Amino acid sequence: MAKEKKGVRLEHISKIYKDPKSGKDFYAVQDTNLEIEPGSFVTLLGPSGCGKTTTLRMIAGFESPDEGEIYLGGEPINALTPNKRDTAMVFQSYALLPHYNIFDNVAYGLKLRKMDPEVIKSKVADILALVGLEGMENRMTNQLSGGQQQRVALARALVIEPGVLLFDEPLSNLDAKLRVSMRTEIRRIQQEAGITAVYVTHDQSEAMAISDKVIIMNKGIVEQVATPHEAYYYPKNEFVADFIGEANFIEATVVAQDMVQVDGVNLKCTTGTLSTGSCCDIVLRPEGAFLADEGDLSGLVEYSCFMGAYQDYHVRVGHNLVKIQEYNPKNKKIYNVGDKVFLNFEENTLYAL
Amino acid sequence: MAKSQSASLERKKLLADPILCTTIVLLVVFLTVFILYPLAILLVDSFVSDNGITTDIFKRVMGLSNFRRAITNTLKVGFLVGIISTLIGLLFAYVEVYVKLRTRFIEGLFKLVSMLPVVSPPFVLSLSMIMLFGKAGIITRFLLKIYDNSVYGFWGIAIVQTLTFFPVCYMMLKGLLKNIDPSLEEAARDMGASRLKVFMTVTFPLILPGLGNAFLVTFIESIADFANPMIIGGSYDTLATTIYLQITGAYDKQGAAAMAVVLLGITLLMFMVQKYYLEAKSTATLSGKASRERMLITDKSVTVPLTIACSALAIFVIVMYICVPFGALFKTWGYDFHLTTKWFEQVFVRYKGLKTFKDSFVLSLISAPITALLSMIISYLVVKRKFKAKGFIEAVSMLAMAVPGTVLGIGYIRGFAGGIFGTGILQSLYGTGAILVIVFVVRSLPTGTRSGISALRQIDKSIEESAYDMGADSFRVFMTVTLPLIKDSFLSGFITSFVRSITAISAIILLVTPSYLLITVQINEFAEKGSYGIACAFATILIMITYGSVLIMNLLMKYFGTSKKVKFDE
Ligand SMILES: Nc1ncnc2c1ncn2[C@@H]1O[C@H](COP(=O)(O)OP(=O)(O)OP(=O)(O)O)[C@@H](O)[C@H]1O
Ligand SMILES: [Mg+2]
Repeated sequence: MAKEKKGVRLEHISKIYKDPKSGKDFYAVQDTNLEIEPGSFVTLLGPSGCGKTTTLRMIAGFESPDEGEIYLGGEPINALTPNKRDTAMVFQSYALLPHYNIFDNVAYGLKLRKMDPEVIKSKVADILALVGLEGMENRMTNQLSGGQQQRVALARALVIEPGVLLFDEPLSNLDAKLRVSMRTEIRRIQQEAGITAVYVTHDQSEAMAISDKVIIMNKGIVEQVATPHEAYYYPKNEFVADFIGEANFIEATVVAQDMVQVDGVNLKCTTGTLSTGSCCDIVLRPEGAFLADEGDLSGLVEYSCFMGAYQDYHVRVGHNLVKIQEYNPKNKKIYNVGDKVFLNFEENTLYAL
Repeated sequence: MAKSQSASLERKKLLADPILCTTIVLLVVFLTVFILYPLAILLVDSFVSDNGITTDIFKRVMGLSNFRRAITNTLKVGFLVGIISTLIGLLFAYVEVYVKLRTRFIEGLFKLVSMLPVVSPPFVLSLSMIMLFGKAGIITRFLLKIYDNSVYGFWGIAIVQTLTFFPVCYMMLKGLLKNIDPSLEEAARDMGASRLKVFMTVTFPLILPGLGNAFLVTFIESIADFANPMIIGGSYDTLATTIYLQITGAYDKQGAAAMAVVLLGITLLMFMVQKYYLEAKSTATLSGKASRERMLITDKSVTVPLTIACSALAIFVIVMYICVPFGALFKTWGYDFHLTTKWFEQVFVRYKGLKTFKDSFVLSLISAPITALLSMIISYLVVKRKFKAKGFIEAVSMLAMAVPGTVLGIGYIRGFAGGIFGTGILQSLYGTGAILVIVFVVRSLPTGTRSGISALRQIDKSIEESAYDMGADSFRVFMTVTLPLIKDSFLSGFITSFVRSITAISAIILLVTPSYLLITVQINEFAEKGSYGIACAFATILIMITYGSVLIMNLLMKYFGTSKKVKFDE
């Protein structure tokens, strides 16, 4: 539906703010380089205060970067005001115009573009159908539920056919169930419209569910840009490993290419570029190992709890405490606190940092 | 770390928006020329003479015994009026918020009292004070048989100002009391404290900064007041009247300028304390809404005396207002109580009543939309945009609140009679209706801006950002989003500014030329001459106009205002 999919490129982008308390300047975003492919759905993911919103608002034009240049579809846009940029933003608070009805809200951007009223009418009707709000043109915004308001906000942004669609935590005001269904909806609509989207969230499962790529940020710095799959299985560092899903870090020594030693036991593990003899942490996802009476690494059960979908264990291995989740525990042997067990690793699950 | 790039980008973005740029430049020019410059020229006037910078002029005016007396007089009145008004205001606020009012009648009284400061021309109470308690006063002469009572002087001013200003304190304190969480007081009651004890140990400390705030606001109003001391002060001169006489009687412009600087210094100082110290404190301690309904006091031993006290005072004030139209209907006040229309006839036949009303009405009607729009624009810029001159615009438009009308008037005389800095630029403005309109605008701008700012602060920033993002430039955002969202504030700004303008006198009396007849100036003139019948006739019509305007405003609000409560979630 978009006239033209546009990519976004951030080159050495930094934003400096003054800390209101100490009065000192600090980097809210620091030396960020990003390449967002046209038509892709990328997510800025990170803990609160890491600079996601700031990055997004710089792309939209509400904030100006202190260093670097932003390109939209190859054009530098640093000096353009938000109204001149080919972007459209969906706000966390929806930001619908409360004195307009749904039609006028959605038509607002089109009217500014001086389109023919008939064309506007049909475009609005089309887009409302796309977001599942057909026939609601005459409602006022306060006559809609939160989810419906979010759809209007989305329709309003989509209808002007922007080069890039920006989302700032659009679902955080909705209840958990609705969040899940809306995010699938957003993904569907983005793909149907074939539009580039940059999405901000601090909810990692949301990011995993909808993104082509996730950009993991921490304290103003981009830690990793990767597909959800890559970020989960091949995190670049401890922060990413910890932030995306749950992770155990087990101290180990590299003894050969793709071979590490823990407590004198050799284990197969992706070591990448780590050199032989160096110390490392191996990343183990809780579902990446199972307990048995014999196996790779011996340990002592310190905690065991039935969680329904899985049995939750804490196992002491040397001085590491390893958290294990064994799914579908009904047909498996349950170990209790104090039991001696062995950890067994699934094929290809260990990854050394 | 250098923030230079973002600064230069912000500048570029600003320049890419010509309407916004022009607006900012025009605003800065307007505020500089019509607020800062006239005040600056007063400083120049009083510090610079032919042989350079000097304090001689100050020494000279300080040497004038009448000026020294005026300073003490003004401060004495200010303190007394400030304290009493705050206390009466507190009484009213307490009774409204804490006490179960039994009848609609009393509720109506309270409502009327709260509306009075909005609709009342400044000197109406002085007029009726004289007519009730003066030499020919109905109460003194006919009820009490006192034939030589003098209302003129300290007590006259103090009483009239108190009655004029306490409703403002009442409204301010009512807001504060309403925000106190009832559970705080109930906890103390639970522990066995008496009602008086709870008030003294819980409520009072909580509203103490608010009381200080109310006191200072009244204090500033009192010392800036010109009209009441003029009419009822007699030989008891205050700063405002002394300055007026210095320029109209003694033709001593430099001396008047130096005196104006003194008055301005006092009000500015008080304003700073109020704005930066007390205002923040009085809201910070009481943030948030009351969590639930308050248990109203029903205990008769408390409710009856409090309600009676308030009602008596309210009725007294209302009687004073009612006295004015009667003053215009009696043949000779105090002597001949036959009804007559001769005063109204004289107003229209002899004293160009029609032209007077037309002039006042038209000038005020021109200035009202300008003020309303200007204050909305300023609020929008201050709250929603960031740019360099923002601090300046906000500070100067608020500063105007602390400038007494008399001071502004002298500033305009000194600043524009010979053009800007005596160069003749803008000299043609002097003596025209335009300069009167400008004075009206400047005098009403702070109130309008304040209401606009607080209205805009409640609107989620992203609402305007979303419009901006979808392609609207600043002008469109303002016209299609901001203004519709704060139209209540705009409407009330419009009416308030109209009423303030049509009842204004202090600055205008110094600037008006014979080609314009203004109601307030006429009332002042006739009251001074002792022609109370005519003064009352003018005042009656003025009250009708202002009261009518407020009624119209309420109607407009009802039909065009944002009646549906719109939810703006942050
Ligand atoms: N206008 C501002 N002035 C000063 N500091 C600011 C400003 N805006 C943001 N910051 C600071 O910059 C940092 C990044 O803020 P940002 O809003 O981008 O975080 P975020 O990643 O979106 O967090 P959240 O998930 O909580 O929304 C924070 O430390 C924040 O306090
Ligand atoms: Mg954010």
